[in-house]
Amino acid sequence: MSFRNAPLAVEHDVDKSELFKPEIREAIDAHIAKYPPEWKQSAVMPALSIVQDANGGWLTTELMDDVAAYLDMPAVSVYEVATFYGMYDLEPQGRHKVCVCNSISCMLNGSEELIEHVEHKYGVKVGETTADGRFTLKEVECLGACRDAPAVLLDKVYHEKLTPEALDKLIDGLE
Amino acid sequence: MTDKINIEIDGRVCEAAPGEMIIAVADREGISIPRFCYHKKLSIAANCRMCLVEAEQGGRPFPKPVPACATPVGEGLKVWTRSPKAIEAQRATMEFLLINHPLDCPICDQGGECELQDVAMGYGGDVSRFSERKRVVLDEDLGPLIATDMTRCIHCTRCVRFCAEIAGVRELGATGRGEDMRIGTYIAHAVTHELAGNVIDLCPVGALTSKPYRFTARPWELTGRDSIAPHDGLGSNLRLHVRRGQVMRVHPNDNEAVNETWISDRDRFSYAGLNGADRLKAPMVKRDGEWHQVEWTEALTYVAERLKAADSADMGWLMAPNATLEELYLAARIARGLGCDNIDHRLRQQDFRADAADPLFPWLGRPVAELPRQKAILLIGSHIRQEQPLLAHRIRQAALDGAEVLCVNPLELELNHRSTQILSAPARMVSDLAAIAKALEARGSGVMADLIGASEPTAEHEAFAQALKQADGQGVVLLGALAEAHPDYSLFKALAGVIAEAAGIHLGYLPAAANSVGAHLAGAHPAILPGAHPAETPGLAVAAMLDKPLSTLVLWGLEPDRDLIDSTRAMSACEQAKFVVASSAFDSPSLRASADVLLPIGAFAETSGTFVNASGTWQSFQGAVAPPGEARPGWKVLRVLGNLLDLSGFEYRDTAEVREELAALCAEAAPDNTPRATQAVVGPTLTAESGLTRVGAVPCYSLDPLVRRAPALARMPGAEFAVRLHPDQAAELGLADGDCVRLIQGEAQAETHLFLDARVAVGAALIPAAVPGSEGLGAMMGPVGLERLSGRSAHGERG
Repeated sequence: MSFRNAPLAVEHDVDKSELFKPEIREAIDAHIAKYPPEWKQSAVMPALSIVQDANGGWLTTELMDDVAAYLDMPAVSVYEVATFYGMYDLEPQGRHKVCVCNSISCMLNGSEELIEHVEHKYGVKVGETTADGRFTLKEVECLGACRDAPAVLLDKVYHEKLTPEALDKLIDGLE
Repeated sequence: MTDKINIEIDGRVCEAAPGEMIIAVADREGISIPRFCYHKKLSIAANCRMCLVEAEQGGRPFPKPVPACATPVGEGLKVWTRSPKAIEAQRATMEFLLINHPLDCPICDQGGECELQDVAMGYGGDVSRFSERKRVVLDEDLGPLIATDMTRCIHCTRCVRFCAEIAGVRELGATGRGEDMRIGTYIAHAVTHELAGNVIDLCPVGALTSKPYRFTARPWELTGRDSIAPHDGLGSNLRLHVRRGQVMRVHPNDNEAVNETWISDRDRFSYAGLNGADRLKAPMVKRDGEWHQVEWTEALTYVAERLKAADSADMGWLMAPNATLEELYLAARIARGLGCDNIDHRLRQQDFRADAADPLFPWLGRPVAELPRQKAILLIGSHIRQEQPLLAHRIRQAALDGAEVLCVNPLELELNHRSTQILSAPARMVSDLAAIAKALEARGSGVMADLIGASEPTAEHEAFAQALKQADGQGVVLLGALAEAHPDYSLFKALAGVIAEAAGIHLGYLPAAANSVGAHLAGAHPAILPGAHPAETPGLAVAAMLDKPLSTLVLWGLEPDRDLIDSTRAMSACEQAKFVVASSAFDSPSLRASADVLLPIGAFAETSGTFVNASGTWQSFQGAVAPPGEARPGWKVLRVLGNLLDLSGFEYRDTAEVREELAALCAEAAPDNTPRATQAVVGPTLTAESGLTRVGAVPCYSLDPLVRRAPALARMPGAEFAVRLHPDQAAELGLADGDCVRLIQGEAQAETHLFLDARVAVGAALIPAAVPGSEGLGAMMGPVGLERLSGRSAHGERG
């Protein structure tokens, strides 16, 4: 969404040195440095990823508020980003995330079978976590790996041309 | 802009500026293109796709239909808004928009005035091809003013853009994606901005509607009547929607020079006060302590007798500054006809030492529409967003355009733009202004010279001076309501004048109410005669009228315990007077306690009249509805009273005649803030030794009797009676957050709770005025003592 007077900066009444651990701040700062000072909001996506990884794979409203404060941006703008993209999770997740691409190419090449297979074998629906907390099954939008569909993003690694058996093997390898 | 170019829309040649969007040109030419997300005052989103049109440039057709709202015009552009290709695209968009839109028009408040409904009539199909389930979205509670039905939302994002761009707060947002996208605050919280109600007008569907108006009327039952807003000094142009003699709701009318296309929530929702239970519906006379309803003739004859018999030097007229120009003028004529010059409308002012020097026709200093073009704006003693919501928006526009907004205030304002604020206790404000003057190398004369000479500008003051000088004449110094209520207002005016002169910029006054400027023209001022002519023998101003005890008082359109600078003194002046006649649209305990005769007059929307706004623009309006019961328009009451008092020239047939008579008197009057004389000012009354000073800011929704009676506005936060202190100040006094304290202003006392607030200056105690609980207190701005009654636990019990 383009705002005429973008980006709207909001100063939050918090001490930024109290937000996050030093190493997290450092990691976010590295991203902020990539943009002009008045555009530091551009670092919102990497910042959310860093904060999410440090929080066991999901974001709380408080964490999103902290990111907003850290980047001098309105909280609702952070919520917009975090709710839009599939890689941000707003509920507690399993130890791993099995993200099956279900956009057109993968779908034509059998991603729906992959999902059905996982659902049956491990007793989870899309969006749910296995009872042992081992992984969360997610259905995601195009992973950009159409050439070797169907693709699955397992945590941060791409796996392509998957069959149910190959996916099983991957899942079996998870802690 | 460079030279104009010609483009062709539907075969018609139209003149356009390069870079303009097709839809803007078409709108100007009266060619209608359907749209939902486009709004001329907001940025372009181009997300609804309803305005798709067919176009070609230089003989080369665009490969597909283009959105008219986001396609800039260029030489040789040809556009077809109704070609088969354009219509096909528009129909397709419509079909998609209707997929998820509920078919609940019969129970939707927007039904009958819905842009989606209208466009669907033109472009929609009769039968939906969509047989799957429709989307359902949970509602959020956006507070007492805005009702939500988010399932109806078509994601045009006008409300989101309004909040971000005009209001300057990002409270609303579009969360989720695709099918799951929804507009809301994500974590439900009330939208509290004072302009938020405009999203109701912006919403093209029934997703955001007015909560107070909800389910009370249908648009086709309503008749529109033009009017002018009766609260702040802007005079927003309104459209009142009337059904069966009742104002059902209020919408803005466009006027670029005044309110653009917006109105404040105060102007939008205050109408509900008209329909309240405590309207005064018949003349009342108090006999032996009992109130009796009487006929108009009896009441007015009695009032005329008493006024005739009264000593005119011992009489005072207190006029509400939002009375119409005609009422103020007729009242001024009657008062002076009786030989009484004691008439005033500056109800919330206490320092009148500069009356002889004050300008006769004070105004904003710049036309309203010029404010956004200022390069520096110095606000002195103004809670601008509370006092003048839409002028605050104009100032914000200036700030976004790079202007320096500077404030000298006893409390830090939450402004939605860049600003530099000097937080200054009331007792220190004069010296801060003197320091800014000194930094500008101004000298001043008399006391001013001493004040300026004695001050020691800090880096802050120097920075202010620098910013004002750099404005290059494109700047304005504005005095607000907190300055007006200050015991040293005369010094403020003098110093502001010195600052403006030294920096080569303008001086302006933020009018306290809808007709404060007009009251000067009408002569409702002890030192000014109708037509803004100086009076030879000035009468008594408000402060003197309250102090003197006068034997006869006339109160017009006000409540003595809420609308005057000092409620306790006002009530006691009324008590000591032998005869008090109050003309009011509303009944109230304080009027019953203080008056001997109550005359019911028509409130806003119930009388014709004129308001003169901050720019000095005369804006007349007609009555939209009849006053309730026996109540009559104020000017008619005054006309009869004038005749009963045997004063000549009270044979007016209508307000137009009154207005024309006054306009003739005002032929020479021009808005001008230059003092009439060199001001013989004396030293400041508030000094460092004065101790803690009350800052009695009037909350936005407590300004006048009408707005205080609007139930929905009363539920908005910000009007709680409490005392707010800076944490350091509280620590010095040995007080803690949540303590129950007694407030002492001389004889006047009240009990309330203490809250810590770092935005209040040390030395100031923010205690709102004109709210329930504040009646028992003294001057809005003046010394106050705090006494601890009990700690936090007591607070807990009281909830």
